[in-house]
Amino acid sequence: MNDADKKRLLREMIFYRRFEDRTFEAYMERKIGGFLHLYSGQEAVATGVLEKARLGRGTDNDYVITGYRDHIHAIKTGAPPREVMAELFGKETGSSRGRGGSMHIFDPSVNFMGGYALVGQPFPLAAGLALGCKHRGTDQIAICFLGDGANNQGTFHETMNMAKVWNLPVLFVCENNQYAIGTRIERTTAVVDQYKRVCAYDMEASQHDGMDIDIVMEAAEKAIDFVRSGKGPYFIEFMTYRFRGHSMSDSKGYRTKEEEAEWEKRDPIKIYSRRLIEAGIVTPEDIKAMEREIDDEIENDIVKFAEESPEPRVEDLDKYVLDDNPDPRWIGPLQQ
Amino acid sequence: MAETAYWEAIRRAHDEEMANDPMVIAMGEDIGVAGGTYKATLGLYDKYGPERVIDTPISENSYTGIGIGASMVGMRPIIEIMSINFALLALDTLINAAAKIRYMSGGRVQCPIVMRTPGGTAHQLAAQHSARLARMFMSTSGLRVVTPRGPLDAYGMLKSAVRCNDPVIIIEHEQMYNLKEDIPEEEFFRPLEGAEIVREGTDITLIGYNYSVHLCLEAARRLEADGIDAEVIDLRALKPLDRETIRKSVEKTHRVLVAEEDEAPVGVGSEIIATVNEECFYALDAQPVRIHAADVPVPYNARLEKAAIPSADDVYEGALKVMGRI
Repeated sequence: MNDADKKRLLREMIFYRRFEDRTFEAYMERKIGGFLHLYSGQEAVATGVLEKARLGRGTDNDYVITGYRDHIHAIKTGAPPREVMAELFGKETGSSRGRGGSMHIFDPSVNFMGGYALVGQPFPLAAGLALGCKHRGTDQIAICFLGDGANNQGTFHETMNMAKVWNLPVLFVCENNQYAIGTRIERTTAVVDQYKRVCAYDMEASQHDGMDIDIVMEAAEKAIDFVRSGKGPYFIEFMTYRFRGHSMSDSKGYRTKEEEAEWEKRDPIKIYSRRLIEAGIVTPEDIKAMEREIDDEIENDIVKFAEESPEPRVEDLDKYVLDDNPDPRWIGPLQQ
Repeated sequence: MAETAYWEAIRRAHDEEMANDPMVIAMGEDIGVAGGTYKATLGLYDKYGPERVIDTPISENSYTGIGIGASMVGMRPIIEIMSINFALLALDTLINAAAKIRYMSGGRVQCPIVMRTPGGTAHQLAAQHSARLARMFMSTSGLRVVTPRGPLDAYGMLKSAVRCNDPVIIIEHEQMYNLKEDIPEEEFFRPLEGAEIVREGTDITLIGYNYSVHLCLEAARRLEADGIDAEVIDLRALKPLDRETIRKSVEKTHRVLVAEEDEAPVGVGSEIIATVNEECFYALDAQPVRIHAADVPVPYNARLEKAAIPSADDVYEGALKVMGRI
């Protein structure tokens, strides 16, 4: 990876942090409603894994799917940040036309196949995307990002089994932030190392530091190559930490200040900034300038677009329930 | 025309749609090597191979989810659920995902899956194999729900369901798989919307769907002997519902009975009577009657089971009540 790409990756991670911070402010201003789950702290995982996926080629992209903490996965996959912000603002110009909101960002134009609020539901959907890739004979793969909490759903076991039996091209990325909402993993989960759980299905798996993007990229590249080469599914676990609460209504009372401080020392942006400064690729002044530029883009382009976009029309309330232009040959109505 | 059993009609529709479009696949328990519990995919494993006629593990929620995921990228899966009772395990992927993905993606992603499942009582299968649940699917936004009463619709509606871009639930019936009917030998399609008047009459409208249409037809034959000319409507599609055909019939007959195999509270009959009230309340000359199952888990004992499930006798007597004869 050349220096320009390293600088770009640092900029991307700073952008993701600032983007999420800005959504927090908009939520406090009541411009964003519902639930809002922020990705701050976990940036190295989505950024690093998806850096090694095949993106930016439109319909030939790999497929990406995730849970409700989905803004950054969508953007890194290629969804325009303006449209993601407009979705959070409930606007017609949003990724999901204002019908989905924070937890349901969709952008099939770049093969981002959605964020889902039912914990563990994306496991089988991802395997289905992979079944589609395999059936069509392409070398695309499906990448499923979920948290450690999702692995206690039945869909985890059912899907790992079928993905292995059918040798599906799917990469399961476990972002282990150690808390299922507000419950620490040891209190609910018999096997704490999540990658060990898929050995029951004889699936390839590994565990890595999720706070260091270089480690993430190296591990992801191997896993993606494995899956793309037709060797079957792979389960990759990254140890990470979310810096904010589960959602906006979370007071984080279940974690100690000491633990949070320890993990904040391992902030993925700080780790990578330091490394690039030490290597002489960026200066602290460059980073400051980068931050100013990002804040300006978020405020004067992205948020402005979201603010100024129209809301969906009430007359369109029942649009998109079923196919709005169905073929009468299949739908009817019946001729008596 | 060829005399065709209900299961043969379904099998033929599978075969033709799989031959027509390589993106059509079938998934379910025992549907491949074993040929299917209801023979709906008999011989297709040999013809299309294990990649297109997929024997799944007993993991209803996740194999339904895999079908849904595949449908999001252009596949056309026909998912068999061995009994509608087991469909309860798949409700998360079916209702929380398939039924909502088009809407919550702002129309950008669709899930054209077909889920076929028998919903009804057979003979002494007891409570966990006798659920009907049509009312539950009928009340879910984002689904189409159809209930073929015979081979003609079983074939023609499955073919339409495969080609339709929405998730379609086809509710079959354990007691109808061997039902025979002459159907055309050339390819045809039957639409997924629209009720059908299966017997014209002037005195009372009997409304059924799925197996209960046959109870209505049997009752109508007996009413004829009493000098009562009953009209029988097969709803065919529970969602979306054809309100217009119901209204026109009730405006003609002024009397209505709904027969369902489901339990009554918040059942299909409740929705139909509400529809009649909204559409043509002043056309009614008598109180409507609902014929439905008892509000109990279906018992194993044959005598109790018979008492729990509506029969043609019940429909006949219900109709006499509407007519003021009893």
